[in-house]
Amino acid sequence: MTQSRARALLLTPAGLWYAAMLLLPLAVVLIFSFGERSAIGGYAPGFTFEQYANLPARFAAFRNTLTLAPVGTIAALLIAYPLAYFLAVKVSPKWKTMLLVLVIVPFWTSILIRSYAWIFLLGGKGIPALLETIGLDDVRLLNTPFAVLVGIVYGYLPLMVFPIYVALEKLDKRLLEAAADLGTPPWRAFLQITLPLSMPGVLTGSMLVFILLMGEFLIPAILGGGKVFFVGNALVDLFLQSRNWAFGSAVAVALVVIMLITIGIYSRLVKRFGASRDDVGLM
Amino acid sequence: MKLYAWAVYAFLYLPIGIIALFSFSAGRSASQMQGFSLQWYGRALNNPFVMEALWTSVCVAFLSALFATVVGTMAALALTGMRGRTRKVFDLLVQIAVMIPGIVIGIATLIALVSVFDLVNPWLEPLTGWKLSLGSGSLIGAHGLFTMSLVVLLVRGRMETLDGALVEASSDLGATPMGTFWQVTFPQVLPAILAGFLLAFTFSFDDFIIAFFVAGAETTLPIYVFSSIRRGVTPEINAIGTMVMAASLLMLIAAQLLLRRSQAQARR
Repeated sequence: MTQSRARALLLTPAGLWYAAMLLLPLAVVLIFSFGERSAIGGYAPGFTFEQYANLPARFAAFRNTLTLAPVGTIAALLIAYPLAYFLAVKVSPKWKTMLLVLVIVPFWTSILIRSYAWIFLLGGKGIPALLETIGLDDVRLLNTPFAVLVGIVYGYLPLMVFPIYVALEKLDKRLLEAAADLGTPPWRAFLQITLPLSMPGVLTGSMLVFILLMGEFLIPAILGGGKVFFVGNALVDLFLQSRNWAFGSAVAVALVVIMLITIGIYSRLVKRFGASRDDVGLM
Repeated sequence: MKLYAWAVYAFLYLPIGIIALFSFSAGRSASQMQGFSLQWYGRALNNPFVMEALWTSVCVAFLSALFATVVGTMAALALTGMRGRTRKVFDLLVQIAVMIPGIVIGIATLIALVSVFDLVNPWLEPLTGWKLSLGSGSLIGAHGLFTMSLVVLLVRGRMETLDGALVEASSDLGATPMGTFWQVTFPQVLPAILAGFLLAFTFSFDDFIIAFFVAGAETTLPIYVFSSIRRGVTPEINAIGTMVMAASLLMLIAAQLLLRRSQAQARR
């Protein structure tokens, strides 16, 4: 058997699976988005732009997603950066791996269970009860945008820390020593050396978190109490409750298009920073 | 700086700790600690709905991880050192499968499978007497898509750090290509393959959003937990959550150890 034939045989099952379970379903979504809703729910064939014209009907979901996703991404970045810096620069090598693993572990455990833990913390007997003891009465946290934001930052923090850590770890510390020898104050060295060189990590982390947030359903469903809903929640409603598959498909296509634009902006920015992309391995 | 790091770790682990703590409560309230008991673990393990959902989850996770590991490893072996258009196409497919949000995979799989079933069933049912529907099969298929891509990335990453000299030495010494593969290459890649299996299992076992769409009449453990939370949190859910987290944790530690070992081998 020649090598190329062996390769083809090895690749066939994976290729078939990608065709049947990835490309076909995505094509179906695209086709359905131009169709109509049948009288009993589901899909009726057709070719119309009606579903796309109807997108503003779900404006609130897009607005919530497109405000809370960037805000959540930036909040996660601001919290993650100092931690990544600490892990990459300050921690002794002996503890480094263990501390890094401790950041990643929560990411691989059930986001469902981790999110619902916040019901206790943000609910009446949690943080609001603590606030009452210092005189702040009647603070409602659960089922507010703030609760969703906390859940988002909590859920996706590990994904932000890791790429920034990888970028900072590669930083040549002699650059900082040289800067110090030349009399540069530490804060300027940070702004002019460390920060620009860690930009690829910052960009990768931000893009990963932002993209995943765009499709988020669980966190707003559990912590937003039906008041703060994302595009994901609209999709669940359209596909599982009101069964309007054509309109739901148009919403899904719009979501994917926004994500593709994000990825486009990301690769532009990465090119501008002139750095090679860091492949993120989360294990 | 150190204090800050402690604070972030507290933020990451406090909610997990709270669930574990409350699960040992003797009282009926889910959000208060009243004495210590294991009764809620007993309740959870004797609840037939929980056990059935658990069994479904374990079967789906095991079969989809097995599928993903075999197919993903085969693809990774073929893709290593390959160039040209096929390689580019597969790289793109792997990336799409990993990047696209679970919710989009969920709805796309749902409507594609339901449409295919609607086409096939009128022919199949009179001939064989049974018809296709959503269930464990579609769950395995949809989970396998993501986890297979994960395995490709892990195994290919390991393959690319292998020492080519060993393979050359083996064939110089007269081993057949198959012999070289099974005796030289495979043992070195095995830890990465096993780690891939464990991660695939963990992903499938913890996944809610894809399952929510394609599970049909089946209930997996995350779906059970989600619908219970909607009805109100109970200490029983805390106990289930704690057990699920403990199980994922064990899997992760095992995967970490395996990957560490494979990296140590690579440096040798």
